[in-house]
Amino acid sequence: MSTLNLLVLVCMCYVALLFAVAFGADRAAARGRVGWLRAPLVYTLSLSIYCTAWTFYGAVGFAARSGLEFVTIYLGPTLVMIGWWWTLRRLVRVGRSQRITSIADLISSRYGKSNLLAVFVTVLAVIGTTPYIALQLQSVTLSFAAFAETDPEAINLSDMQSTALWVAMGLTVFTVLFGTRNLDANERHHGVVMAIALEAVVKLCALLAVGIFVVWGLAGGIGGTLDRIEASEISQFDVSGSRWVGLTLLSAAAVICLPRMFQVMVVENEDEEHLRTAAWAFPAYLMLMSLFVIPIAAVGLDLMPEGANPDLYVLTLPLMEGRDGLAILSFLGGFSSATSMVIVASIALSTMVSNHVVMPLWLRFSGNAAMMSGDVRKVAIMARRLSIAGVVFLGYLYFHLSGGGTALAAIGLIAFVGVAQFLPALMGGLFWRGATRTGALAGLSAGALVWLYCLFLPSFGPSDMLPQAVFDHGLGGIAWLRPYALFGAVGLDPVIHALMWSMLLNTGGFILGSLLSFPQPLERLQGAQFVNVFDHSGTPGGWTGNMAQSEDLLVMSQRIMGAREAQALFAGAAGRQGVAGYLPEPSPDFLQELERVLSGSVGAATAHAMISQIVGGAAVSVEDLMAVADETAQIMEYSTQLEAKSQELARTARQLRQANEKLTQLSVQKDSFLSQISHELRTPMTSIRAFSEILRDTGDLTPEEQEKYASIIHDETVRLTRLLDDLLDLSVLENGQVEINSQTGLLSDVLDRAERAAGVKDTALQVDRDRASEQITLTSDLDRLAQVFINLIANARKYCDGTPPVLTIRASLREAQVVIDFTDNGSGIPAEKQAVIFEKFSRIGQTTVDGAGLGLAICREIMERLGGSVSYLPGQTGAAFRVSLPRTGQSAAVGSEHEAAQARG
Amino acid sequence: MSTERGPVFLARRSYRHRRLADAARLLPIAAGVLMAVPLLWQGPDGDPGTAPVMIYIFVLWAVLVGLSALVSRHLRAREPETGDHDRGDV
Repeated sequence: MSTLNLLVLVCMCYVALLFAVAFGADRAAARGRVGWLRAPLVYTLSLSIYCTAWTFYGAVGFAARSGLEFVTIYLGPTLVMIGWWWTLRRLVRVGRSQRITSIADLISSRYGKSNLLAVFVTVLAVIGTTPYIALQLQSVTLSFAAFAETDPEAINLSDMQSTALWVAMGLTVFTVLFGTRNLDANERHHGVVMAIALEAVVKLCALLAVGIFVVWGLAGGIGGTLDRIEASEISQFDVSGSRWVGLTLLSAAAVICLPRMFQVMVVENEDEEHLRTAAWAFPAYLMLMSLFVIPIAAVGLDLMPEGANPDLYVLTLPLMEGRDGLAILSFLGGFSSATSMVIVASIALSTMVSNHVVMPLWLRFSGNAAMMSGDVRKVAIMARRLSIAGVVFLGYLYFHLSGGGTALAAIGLIAFVGVAQFLPALMGGLFWRGATRTGALAGLSAGALVWLYCLFLPSFGPSDMLPQAVFDHGLGGIAWLRPYALFGAVGLDPVIHALMWSMLLNTGGFILGSLLSFPQPLERLQGAQFVNVFDHSGTPGGWTGNMAQSEDLLVMSQRIMGAREAQALFAGAAGRQGVAGYLPEPSPDFLQELERVLSGSVGAATAHAMISQIVGGAAVSVEDLMAVADETAQIMEYSTQLEAKSQELARTARQLRQANEKLTQLSVQKDSFLSQISHELRTPMTSIRAFSEILRDTGDLTPEEQEKYASIIHDETVRLTRLLDDLLDLSVLENGQVEINSQTGLLSDVLDRAERAAGVKDTALQVDRDRASEQITLTSDLDRLAQVFINLIANARKYCDGTPPVLTIRASLREAQVVIDFTDNGSGIPAEKQAVIFEKFSRIGQTTVDGAGLGLAICREIMERLGGSVSYLPGQTGAAFRVSLPRTGQSAAVGSEHEAAQARG
Repeated sequence: MSTERGPVFLARRSYRHRRLADAARLLPIAAGVLMAVPLLWQGPDGDPGTAPVMIYIFVLWAVLVGLSALVSRHLRAREPETGDHDRGDV
């Protein structure tokens, strides 16, 4: 088999292994076995996406051209990591407490959840990252081509463009599969992180193996290697001070600001304590990665023929010596570096693009944003998938158009300077309360402009956009505006020149803009939150939600988070407030929690906008206003506390009023029931008495007449008995004297039986069922359960006023609970009645339909006896009831508790 | 801003923790200075050689890794910080 074929095979196997690892990690996470996925070492290894193919191949090339200077690219991150106590700790804490999804989200959150800023950061990040992705694709194709050259059998196999296209497509598939599993960016991508960690190990081992081979195999040990370095072109340490310091600072800034680094460092962080391990382990990783770079470069310069590409020494040195195995390992190392960068970068960028560009646009153009129909969740996931494909495709396009020339080699540093523009806004936002949105915008635009003009556009050489005349004489002939000599600063290295001016103007604009502008309340509040994150990691921007409609919020959240999660969240919040059902009081605490959860899905700015649309405007919470105000603090504290108290009082009063209303309603119901029951009892009694008197006193009755009167008496007695049975049933249930006969059967059978018994066949009501989902085996008192179903179906038959009336029955399994929803298309139950429908004797309105109003009360009692519940589900198409019960009766609950205890132990 | 102040003297444990945090803050500054030291070196013919600078940088790097491990081992990220370092400027 030829080397090239072997390489393709090994590569395929390696990709299959990556898929398997990612899949396995995702599965383990889904089953809750996340112990080893959360190891600090995995976190540290995932940080290694800092080392892309630019490091793997490019570092040696860099060293071969300019000696030891390459090491600055790794010294900067080392400084940041060992200085974690300054910045990273704060960054990670803020990221976690604010549920940050990307660097754009962080900056937008800090400056009053401004979407304009988020869009700005996103665009800049895309411009900076696209060439970088192209660089990765180029490195894979180049290394592939290097193999093809040594292989005589390979005839024109390695068409560069098609290799790049295949790699791009494979990466897109992988990223879409494992990067968009879950919408909430705060639920980490375990599969991706695991695969990245594996790739980190592979690239380190590969580079070390090549290094050891070069030092001990080719150069004859450490002494020999040092001699070769002495004899090589790079024997002198002639680095200019400005470049040495400048590049170190630049790479330090980049490691914080690169979208992909932010993704693994902040967004995917599981535990702040992991930073403690990363603080020494990541510098150690970087040190090992750079350890053999100079020896490889020196030996490569010595041994390789003139004109060989130094960027590929890592690969071509083993190939030249005929070490195919080592060369393949080296190829895999480069492949790993390239793929892991593209995967994480495209996830990070797609989160930004979909949250800050696509979703806001979609919300705006689909009309009344928060309230329209349709599932936002599907749109968000689709937006993210398309963004991933778009980002990778852009990278490919850039590679295709630039023809994979040498222009790409310099792009690493250019991208670094681009993302470093986020630094003033980011650091200012974390450490300075006075930083404002205007300042951030001013600084970012100034920095971005200088970067584009002085570094990014000139990197393409003289072109239509930037002709040679501009290079020589400046824009419009003004010598001060020459791209490489801005403001007359001649003789500087272009990267350092652009870095210096862009950062100076950026920081200057940021500070000046902040000093001169006045922040919005929300900005000041978020500022206090961010800067004092260690003092009060609690409440961010507050809502006064007394006007909010909980039901509207539920409808909105269901579409963003999915019905199940939203209902669980609302029910949990309601439970904590001591309210039954699914609709909690829209207290500020609850609204904040909701906003944070939503921002995990759609980004802070969008979540804020959606809630404010329903709640009606943002307000500032009492304590936080306190933190912002300074001079009038005391007075304000007093008055705002009063305000808080009065709000609390108003809430309590409202709850009391509700309780009072309920009691009054109950009393009215009881009265009306008593008169109803008297009436119900009296009517049959009267006719029984009348007809029995006739039978007793009238002598000459025909047998037909006798039989007629007797059967009337009989029918009336039956009616009486049924009424009394119902009452008795209820009182037995209420007193807990009922016996439960456990049986095992299929849910669908129980529903069939209930449907028949409820007499649906002869009426207009259509029952829509999903039989596949009903194939659930239950162990419970099935007769009692059927009784509940009959009641609910009969209610729909009686009360549903849809045309035509349709009852939808849906069953599902949630952990150990069976949940059955009965939803009709009628007008539903008005909110003021929802609280009392499960009470005895309650009937909606004075309808003509017969029944004593005991049905739902009996249902509730039965379900409680069966260990489940029946509740009214608000926010659906019509009246909706949810029956839930444990799948296997009480014994299952005990069993699962036992399991849980074992898992803890 | 806050009217209540912490105690003037701390228990030995919190005292140690604060000094450790100080060390963690100083470490990157010291590292940055040490990394720039080779710029001051002079070789026999102007610039110093790559080999000695390389050895210096990598030894420094290893020492920094060791120190960082030492400091980080005893420093808890989650422990509340009650010093005046993180007070706002308002």
